Amino acid sequence: MSHEHVSNTKRIWVVFGILSVITTFEVAMGIIKPDALHMNNFLSMNLLNWLFIILTLVKAYYIVWAFMHMEGEKAGLRWAVVAPVIFLVLYLLFILLVEGDYVFEVFKSSIIKWNF
Amino acid sequence: MGATVTTANSEEKTWGGGNEPLRASYGKLMMWFFIVSDALTFSGFLAAYGFSRFKFIETWPLPDEVFTHFPFMHGVSAPMYYVALMTFILIFSSVTMVLAVDAGHQMKRSKVAFYMFLTIIGGLIFVGSQAWEWKNFIKGEYGAIETKGGSLLQFVDDHGKRVALADFAATLPEERTQLERNKGKWFMEEASLPAYSVAEVQAGFEAHPNIRVRTEVIYKDDAAAKADPKIDHTLSKHKHKTVLTREESAAMLANAHLVVEGANLTRNEYGSKLFADFFFFITGFHGFHVFSGVIINIIIFFNVLLGTYDKRRNYEMVEKVGLYWHFVDLVWVFVFTFFYLV
Repeated sequence: MSHEHVSNTKRIWVVFGILSVITTFEVAMGIIKPDALHMNNFLSMNLLNWLFIILTLVKAYYIVWAFMHMEGEKAGLRWAVVAPVIFLVLYLLFILLVEGDYVFEVFKSSIIKWNF
Repeated sequence: MGATVTTANSEEKTWGGGNEPLRASYGKLMMWFFIVSDALTFSGFLAAYGFSRFKFIETWPLPDEVFTHFPFMHGVSAPMYYVALMTFILIFSSVTMVLAVDAGHQMKRSKVAFYMFLTIIGGLIFVGSQAWEWKNFIKGEYGAIETKGGSLLQFVDDHGKRVALADFAATLPEERTQLERNKGKWFMEEASLPAYSVAEVQAGFEAHPNIRVRTEVIYKDDAAAKADPKIDHTLSKHKHKTVLTREESAAMLANAHLVVEGANLTRNEYGSKLFADFFFFITGFHGFHVFSGVIINIIIFFNVLLGTYDKRRNYEMVEKVGLYWHFVDLVWVFVFTFFYLV
């Protein structure tokens, strides 16, 4: 672990550059919405949304690893923090999104009229 | 000092206390685990938002039609520019925070104080920006009609451009006084009345033949939708909200029940009722984190000025609040994606 107290301002500015470029790119994509991405689906979600989510995870990685200095911690601490979050979030998303989609199907195809 | 900074470390005394198996102090470790639990709380909120969105996937509001304001640019549709600016401000305040932590490692007091100060300013600007965003969201821009069935009708002209209620609603000679507590028979009162009554909107619709109703439903460019005679197929675009024909608009408007202007926790002019609830709750909870982060940063800032950490010969406290501050930035990255981009 880096208790030797070296200054790593260069790394900080590089990461800031990466985060800025990604954010600018995301906003540009959100405004342009290229048809090639927006109109094509993968696993019933369009490619543009996939791109946004992947870029968000890249940003999250840089914030946690560089700014929160996770890269300098022991592997034990890294796993103790990151693994429960990833596992529980994936689990929660799986349950809730599948259920949400099911409720949508019930509303859509059942004889109950809810929107009139 | 032993209570705040643990430095003793001896491999032999495994059970004697004071050793650090993860090579992180007690305080830092606990900050990490607080962050884990807080991250799971926010994940719960965002997953609940995802649930509701999937449940109403065909009628959910489109974010780039909701958040279109930018300071000093009235009437200009500027989707996402403002929130992108807010994101930059928060990322930059994260950078100054990590620079403060870095300066703390080198025991440079004035440098730490300077960067902490910039971080606090960035946090305050962010909270202020969020207040402005809320103000626009609550005030609304166009107004809408809620039908008896609870669905929402917005209005467009014959070019598909949004029209505000104020642009076409008629003025009828009717008087409608607000029910206030002092006029009630019991503990009775009501929310402030909208600027126009349902009858005024209906009369204005009759008088302006170019007005069409736009429903919440997102238009799909497929054969089933194209065969629907109720839809105006020249104005409805794929993956945008459906615009109805003039005749069908009149039929829908006959079911009008309420005039909705702006947003509150019960209903909002943007679409699904849950949309405003989640917006207020999630951005509000995040804003509260930013606010408390600013307060904690101010406390640490004064401690730095007073030389508390110089006496302690350790700036780890700055590192701990830094972790919290970066976490707030991390949450915003996700909120930004799921409320504004996706």
